[in-house]
Amino acid sequence: MLTIATGNKAVAAAVRQANPAVIAAYPITPQTEIVEQMAEYVTAGELKSRYIPVESEHSAMAACIGASITGVRTFTATSSHGLLYMHEMINWAAGARLPIVMANVNRALGPGWNVWAEHTDAFQERDTGWLQVFVSTVQEAYDATLMAFRIAEHNDVLLPVMVNLDGFTLSHIMQSLETVNPGDFIPPLHLPHAIDPAHPAGYGTLTGPDDYFKFRWDIERSMRDSVKVIRETEQDFADRFGRSYGMTEEYRCEDADVVVIAMGTLGKEAEVAIDLLRKEGIRAGSMRIRWLRPFPTLDLAGRDVVVIDRDYSFGFGGILAQSLKAKHRCEPYSVIAGLGGQEVTYDDIAGFIRDRKPGEEYWFGVKA
Amino acid sequence: MTEIPKEEYVLKCTSACAGCSSSLILRYVLKAAGPDTVLVIPACCTSVIQGIYPNTAMNVPIYNVAFAAAAACASGMSEAFQSAGKKTNVIVYAGDGGTVDIGIQALSGAFERKTDFLYICYDNEAYGNTGMQRSGSTPIGARTTTTPGGKTHSKKDLDGIVAAHDPPYMATACSAYPQDLFKKVQKALSIRGPKFLHILAPCPPGWRYSSEKTIEMGKLAVKSGMWILYEREYGKVTINGPSKAAMIKPVPVEDYISVQGRFKGISKEALESLKSQAERNAKRLSLEEKGIC
Repeated sequence: MLTIATGNKAVAAAVRQANPAVIAAYPITPQTEIVEQMAEYVTAGELKSRYIPVESEHSAMAACIGASITGVRTFTATSSHGLLYMHEMINWAAGARLPIVMANVNRALGPGWNVWAEHTDAFQERDTGWLQVFVSTVQEAYDATLMAFRIAEHNDVLLPVMVNLDGFTLSHIMQSLETVNPGDFIPPLHLPHAIDPAHPAGYGTLTGPDDYFKFRWDIERSMRDSVKVIRETEQDFADRFGRSYGMTEEYRCEDADVVVIAMGTLGKEAEVAIDLLRKEGIRAGSMRIRWLRPFPTLDLAGRDVVVIDRDYSFGFGGILAQSLKAKHRCEPYSVIAGLGGQEVTYDDIAGFIRDRKPGEEYWFGVKA
Repeated sequence: MTEIPKEEYVLKCTSACAGCSSSLILRYVLKAAGPDTVLVIPACCTSVIQGIYPNTAMNVPIYNVAFAAAAACASGMSEAFQSAGKKTNVIVYAGDGGTVDIGIQALSGAFERKTDFLYICYDNEAYGNTGMQRSGSTPIGARTTTTPGGKTHSKKDLDGIVAAHDPPYMATACSAYPQDLFKKVQKALSIRGPKFLHILAPCPPGWRYSSEKTIEMGKLAVKSGMWILYEREYGKVTINGPSKAAMIKPVPVEDYISVQGRFKGISKEALESLKSQAERNAKRLSLEEKGIC
């Protein structure tokens, strides 16, 4: 069905169709519309989920953990400070191998209070064992949320998945949305280690170094296996519903001498910049990284690389630029832009590419 | 006498200290709850007592969870079991630190939302698992590793906080009165909604008494009025027999204090404060029982 919706409403529409048994959530701007919509679905009887209006994000994730370990589907949503407040439980969810799906509406961290888009919140959770996908359109927010449940619950993965969408520039803007009838696209959840009083066992028991080490390796092994599951899921989604994205969405990269790498809405905006530069005769392309974890492998050989980070690791650099530098031994032009919702237009992005200085870092809009 | 089932759910391989009352309490809790039970356990002594992976000393599933998260985790579990049409008992078994300090927000939230579960706080009046640091539940005057000169603040009124949430059932108990404890667990689990048990758990290494005196220590706590056994069922208070007797003819508080190393050298002021707090508690509960306040 073709309709129009905000990014938040698109996520809610997908969650409704995934039909989780338990939703636990705490409101925070700009995520609120998601949890309000879920509450409306439940109140109207359109969704049979148990809705737990918890008193904090730490408890939201704890409640999802408690529900998920019984073997049922769970969902929560948060943003920014909420994400960081649940940090301990985010680690717990991954370590406990629970396929919880969470929408995170990317927002800057205080102080000062700032409700606008930035990716540092999600990037601070990058080492927790969660799969993380970043979306760029309302349609993609919906599609990625549906796929997230299937990927998380796949028995070769059994890790939680975070769907990231930019605060306001995606969460609150309206675009066309085509919803689908998912049918059996998301199979019923079978959690092999679900709690069962008929088979008593200890979960998360005190664990010595040797066993603990094996459990950590198991997480990494599943993280690696998840690449195949993501590809299969995307392929099946494309076969059924006609849309596909990939680990990284490439735009006009085939003959590109220079590629710009960004995430979320800036990654989509970059495509407009590429068209602009192509008209000027500059052979530029865009690679929009969708999956922060598992981190993709890109074809950067022989190309200039411009990386836009909407995040920062103080004393180190743009996290995406540094990650690419480490993985691909490239010398990117590292642009720090869009922090705290700073406006970055396609003209600005075209400028980053034209004026690139490989190996240097540039803070957009800051006078030297 | 209540018939207590012979089935054991706390098996003979725990790593509890000698004379540990909390494993004794859990033994009776699980006898009352039966096998269709899941324990949710935040960081506390029971994290260690249950044994080391891949073994478990408990014959029911245990879900171990982060320190502040027990009541919230149990909320999710309770709702999930209900959504699946299961009647499994969800019981949080948490220490005093995980309840009165770091876990109180999640506890309050779960009780406000009328979660169907049983929350048990076994109270050894300090962070026992980490070597006896003070908690909000440590009584005034008690020495811990972080109050080497004796605690200067009074024990937090956990029961008052829980009562403010108006749960259908809450009660206190003590390891020295297992029949009473067993019956309270059974009663709690027969009621829907959030239930609360606050159980005094004397601790030989922490309270610094000889391990064979654990039962004696619990009895002295009740007989001296330092611990009052009562129930609050739909708001109605009933003081239980042993505490009724203690209110008529209490043993001196000094008899309870003097046998514990943690109170060695307690100041006169702290001792008076302990006594007056015990008297106030007794008076308030008696008035509530009579329906006067």
